[in-house]
Amino acid sequence: MNTLNRVLILGATSAIAEQTARLLVAQGAHVYCVGRNPEKLQLMMDDLKVRAGSGQSIDGQAADLNEMDRHESLIEAAQTALGNLDAVLIAHGTLPDQKACEKEAEQALKEIQINALSVISLLTLLANQFEARQQGGVLAVISSVAGDRGRQSNYVYGAAKGMVSLFMQGLRNRLSRSKISVVTIKPGFVDTPMTDGFEKSGPLWAKPEVIAKGIVLAMQKGKDEVYLPGFWWGIMLIIRHIPERLFKRLSL
Amino acid sequence: MSKPCSWNRIPDVTPKAAYHLMHRLDPIPEELPRPLTVYGNGRSYSDVGLTKEGSLLLTRDMNRLIEFDGYQGIIRCDAGITLAQLLEFIVPKGWFLPVTPGTRFATVGGCLANDVHGKNHHALGSFGHHVRAFELCRSDGSHRVCRPDDQEPWFAATIGGLGLTGLIRWVELQLISIENPWMWVASHRFDDLEAFWAMNASLESDWPYTVAWIDCLAKGQAQGRGIYLAGRHAGPQSDLPRYRSRNWEMPFDPPLSLVNSLSLKAFNQLYYKQKVCPSGKLVHHAPYFYPLDAIGQWNRIYGKKGFYQYQCVIPPHNAQAATSELLSTIAKRKQGSFLAVLKTFGEKPSLGLLSFPRPGTTLALDFPNKGQATLDLLADLDAIVLDAGGALYPAKDARMPAAMFRASFSDWEAFTPFIDPAFSSHFWQRVSL
Repeated sequence: MNTLNRVLILGATSAIAEQTARLLVAQGAHVYCVGRNPEKLQLMMDDLKVRAGSGQSIDGQAADLNEMDRHESLIEAAQTALGNLDAVLIAHGTLPDQKACEKEAEQALKEIQINALSVISLLTLLANQFEARQQGGVLAVISSVAGDRGRQSNYVYGAAKGMVSLFMQGLRNRLSRSKISVVTIKPGFVDTPMTDGFEKSGPLWAKPEVIAKGIVLAMQKGKDEVYLPGFWWGIMLIIRHIPERLFKRLSL
Repeated sequence: MSKPCSWNRIPDVTPKAAYHLMHRLDPIPEELPRPLTVYGNGRSYSDVGLTKEGSLLLTRDMNRLIEFDGYQGIIRCDAGITLAQLLEFIVPKGWFLPVTPGTRFATVGGCLANDVHGKNHHALGSFGHHVRAFELCRSDGSHRVCRPDDQEPWFAATIGGLGLTGLIRWVELQLISIENPWMWVASHRFDDLEAFWAMNASLESDWPYTVAWIDCLAKGQAQGRGIYLAGRHAGPQSDLPRYRSRNWEMPFDPPLSLVNSLSLKAFNQLYYKQKVCPSGKLVHHAPYFYPLDAIGQWNRIYGKKGFYQYQCVIPPHNAQAATSELLSTIAKRKQGSFLAVLKTFGEKPSLGLLSFPRPGTTLALDFPNKGQATLDLLADLDAIVLDAGGALYPAKDARMPAAMFRASFSDWEAFTPFIDPAFSSHFWQRVSL
């Protein structure tokens, strides 16, 4: 079992990350939260402080993770605040407007930038540090089932998440000797503000609280890849194995 | 989220827009079509949280804790937090909600705006009695912190104010202390209404939580038979049982309501025949307070057409006669309810201008929606309630006529000046005609 005592959460104000932070704090963890909206971040950290015991440190700062030149100093600030890092959860991201991305490459690249490139920048820095200090640890990233196969309805998002998942695979391979858990989290449909505009009443939709429980468990157990909720493993197994000749004609 | 609707699925109305308030400082966007209606977690059986002409303000993302005083049991939290989220935090710390409705999935803001009550009304009053403060945000951008001892009556207007006085951003509550998450619950069977009144009179003074379930299909001599539950928070225990929560989910809408005369008869019979334990036993607070919460989406058993709740309160002097008349009328039409809930309210005056709880006896029932036949029955029940000087509960009403509302809530005219000019609801438009 990995200890999750000191955790850096990037994209902490996202619905899933906030629920995860609450669970971690309830388990006694010290957390450092990074989120883009300073007002929302402050309210979220105030909530965590109420939940935290007297000796628990809840800290953080507002930052736009698109500004990659800030990544190094952010990680440093978290390390200073927490003393050390047991685990990092990278949870930031956007759900692009697929149609807008199809019209303009600029839009598509912007989405790839935030959903994939910024994650790779963070992972590269963190992986090197974790590897150098030789204490193990957990690097967890929220990817998506959308990254398992390209579909016409959101392939820009899918491509970005797919890049992250593939990058994580390689990183896991590289870091396995260093006993570092590289955890790829692939949520299915989650009822969050990000997915507004969808009809969310079907059985495939899950609450962020449920996903958060799965994330904490996966990080503790040092899982490689988890689908959340677990039934998405079966769904994606089928989706991945539909022959492309057939798949290209489906309206997914 | 899926399309916002009320828990009983009536009426089926679609708002022009719906806006997620992401946190309590999130301003209300100017461009949202007015009027505005606040929608929490959709647990009322009513259109108080619905609109057809305007926009919904969705508060479920406003669910953070703000301050907690663990010595005095005072908590301040966002209005969109659910009781379940609050309980998860306070119960392990030895605190409990002073008043809770029958579901923990209601939001704190919703409990305040409907001035909800629980099984302990006779002991501790309604939700509003335990609100120390809240912040009210008006559409003109002003906001004020309201407390019970304020000079201005904003507190009284907003407690039970059906969300019409503006957006409640946060609420500060006084909690009650508990020794553990368990309840000590005694159950008794009673053979008729008369036996209920006698039992209620003798048990109410000793037990802070009391409620009775009535077999509303039983006729004649057996009319009003049922089970009486009396409970209190368990004292210190050397050994507590293990509690395992069992949760089910109603996964789909049945093509027809599963609640029909056959299933009702069987259910009511079985419930009445259950084993009782007059000396009392330990029951975990979750199944005690929230039995239906264990079945996710239980409202689906009524099918797509939904159902009506009917909850009235009858003043003490007319309570016995009117209750028995209501039960006869229901049994005669064979439209009975899954369970009828009977309870007496205490004398404590409610704090809100439009609060529902008042001294007397409250009867709550639900009826599968059979269209006009059901509406006709409810109209007949209205006549009995009106005649007895009673009132209907707005949070559980999807059809009462405007005249009924005015007769039930004599302060409605005093309330009107406090309505935010940009706020309204499907309910309000219906009853303020």
